[in-house]
Amino acid sequence: MKRTGVFICHCGINIAGTVDVKKVAEELAKHPSVVHAEDYVYMCSDPGQNLIEQAIREKKLDGVVVACCSPNLHETTFRNAAKRAGLNSFRCEIANIREQCSWVHKDKPKATQKATKIARSAVEKVRQNESLDALSVPVTRRALVVGGGISGLQAALDIANTGFEVILVERNPSVGGHMIQLSETFPTLDCSQCILTPKMVEVSKHPKIKLMTYSEVQDVSGYVGNFKVKILKKPTYVDPAKCTLCDECTKVCPIVVPNEFDLGLTGRRAIYIPFPQAIPASYTLDDKNCPDPFTTIACGKCADVCNPKAIDFDQKPEIIEAEVGVIIVATGYDLYDKENMAEYGFGKYADVLDGLQFERLCSASGPTMGQILRPSDHKEPKEVVFIQCSGSRDPENHCAYCSKICCMYTAKHAMLYKHHVHDGQAYIFYIDIRSGGKGYEEFVQRAVEEDGVVYLRGKVSKVFEEKGKIMVWGVDTLTGRSIEIAADMVVLAQAMRPSTGAQELAKKLKLALDKDGFLAEAHPKLRPVESVTAGMFLAGAAQAPKDIPEAVAQASGAAAKAVAILSQDRLFHSPTVAKVISNLCTGCGMCVAVCPYDALTLKDGKVEVNEVLCEGCGTCTATCLRSAIQVKNLTQQQVAEMINACLGG
Amino acid sequence: MAEDYEPRIVAFLCKWCSSAGSDLAGVSRMEYPPNVVPIQVMCSGSVSPLYIFSAFNKGADGVLVSGCHPGDCHYIKGNYYARRRLNLVKKLLEYVGLETQRFQMSWVSAAEGTKFTQIIKDFVKELKPLGPQTKLRRNP
Repeated sequence: MKRTGVFICHCGINIAGTVDVKKVAEELAKHPSVVHAEDYVYMCSDPGQNLIEQAIREKKLDGVVVACCSPNLHETTFRNAAKRAGLNSFRCEIANIREQCSWVHKDKPKATQKATKIARSAVEKVRQNESLDALSVPVTRRALVVGGGISGLQAALDIANTGFEVILVERNPSVGGHMIQLSETFPTLDCSQCILTPKMVEVSKHPKIKLMTYSEVQDVSGYVGNFKVKILKKPTYVDPAKCTLCDECTKVCPIVVPNEFDLGLTGRRAIYIPFPQAIPASYTLDDKNCPDPFTTIACGKCADVCNPKAIDFDQKPEIIEAEVGVIIVATGYDLYDKENMAEYGFGKYADVLDGLQFERLCSASGPTMGQILRPSDHKEPKEVVFIQCSGSRDPENHCAYCSKICCMYTAKHAMLYKHHVHDGQAYIFYIDIRSGGKGYEEFVQRAVEEDGVVYLRGKVSKVFEEKGKIMVWGVDTLTGRSIEIAADMVVLAQAMRPSTGAQELAKKLKLALDKDGFLAEAHPKLRPVESVTAGMFLAGAAQAPKDIPEAVAQASGAAAKAVAILSQDRLFHSPTVAKVISNLCTGCGMCVAVCPYDALTLKDGKVEVNEVLCEGCGTCTATCLRSAIQVKNLTQQQVAEMINACLGG
Repeated sequence: MAEDYEPRIVAFLCKWCSSAGSDLAGVSRMEYPPNVVPIQVMCSGSVSPLYIFSAFNKGADGVLVSGCHPGDCHYIKGNYYARRRLNLVKKLLEYVGLETQRFQMSWVSAAEGTKFTQIIKDFVKELKPLGPQTKLRRNP
């Protein structure tokens, strides 16, 4: 290509502050294949894009380089502009001179020199770019939602209500997630069950939603619009169609294990229903605990008393294969492991609880029917200490991040405690109060003013038991005094962490994780519900700690993004895929062996590319000894020229 | 060697992790020396040994290849191939007598702007005492 145009953006002073943009334009104009070089204050603005379009038309440009911010931000913008002016969009390349140059350097002459090299390298690339047309593929009009908490439920309902089919996979026996364990929700003190159970029922009865509980995603292959998933359906050994919820089975079951729903505050039988309002309304025989490790054969007492004969010991795990077009991951959170909080006596003293356990104590459906009682002696606690940031904001020992919801739920806990125990006193140790959100600050004020909650700014140094009391030693950093409280109960606002198993799932889905193990979004500001993989979206606390309204909003956002794909007739796949230079190919098959997508096959002694499966990673290119397989628009020849440009001048 | 010697580095950054990590360094306004010129590739697995030889041949004083962390490759396993292949390249370069510090591999995720900054700082610091690379340069 001989007629390249170069456009250098000032980005206000973001680029022009450190890079002499005029000089870059001058230098680039000297390049033999550059026929047009100009700079403008904001290339991405309407007038900026017009400049590009105009130059393409007037100077009959056959290649465009825009030196500006990261291609992640405006590659599409400028490629569309090129397209409008009649240029193939793959003849437009971005030179990243902001994130990778002006923002990280201070020395103007050196940054200018580097920016020139980056832009020149892009010119070398675009010179050899081919015109390409996007590949089009059909779309499977069905969504998979992983996780049946509030985020997953919301996303599933939003998609199903637009008329597309949804498969909702939940690994537990019931949907509802952590929200169904809560007693009331801040800042309105809505009963959590009352607002969530209708949604759970709606999901289970929706004609477009196939609900798969007690199931896990085992394997995912394919690409946006055409994913193939394998779902493992674990046996519940109970037929929900026959089960009448008579509860006779649990009365005879001899095996008692800690109840996950009450976070171990109560026990449950090996055959159980997680909570009375569970969806699907059926029992599950937990084959991890039945038969118990000391007997090899199940006792069968449950089956004996089951009148409708709903129990079937012969159920086997099933692998269900499905095709879906999009995937929403809403795997939620778990609380930071209590084993890690030995300094606060968590796990050592029965009356040191975490936030979710306290929710169960407050809940009308909880183990105490909503009475707040100490687990150790069932007495009403008269003094309760709440410790915020338990595991959060502690980079040396625990999690570095803020778990975001704890300030609010601790205020709620203290308030609920006062509503139950009128003559009790609640103390809250905090580092900062973060109450950003609609009605949130007012809620914290209400806790202080109406319910007399005492806020103590400082960290707790030690928690230990003495004469039936739990002694809390801390410091009030506002008065500088050390504080000792003889409490009856201590509640830790445990940090949120990604749910157990989320990491393995992320691996199966090829999703990226951030440094804390939460799922990484495609862009922290502009693409917060998309994952880095096309066609996969994120919702809820799987992405970062968040409260219910935020989780619901993100779920609806993810659903809208998913529907945008499902409603297409065909999808477009990047055409920058591998191509074989047939006369060089010897059919050795080395590239076939390394291709991560099985996109290459040997046919008649030559390699063939399945362009729809190929993602253009280029692993084949580096493997081929004869340079016989190249990725379109990033060939080895192009890279060689780019290396030259990076080192020249 | 001259006091003002500035090593020239070519960095092959994979699009999904290391280039994004380098973008994050920018967004966070971290600072590192301008000696490094990045070339964005789709995957560290696509970095052919030819690229590295070619860069040294054309006068690079240092070459960096950076990809996603092992296990986190956007293309499932490209970085494993990169790791194996480039370790051989490293040995070969050592065999022909190039200072081992001149060729580096790193794993930088999209969240590791700080790490990227540190890698570049350290790399430049290590290269400076070595002076210009002449061993593989075509016309030194």
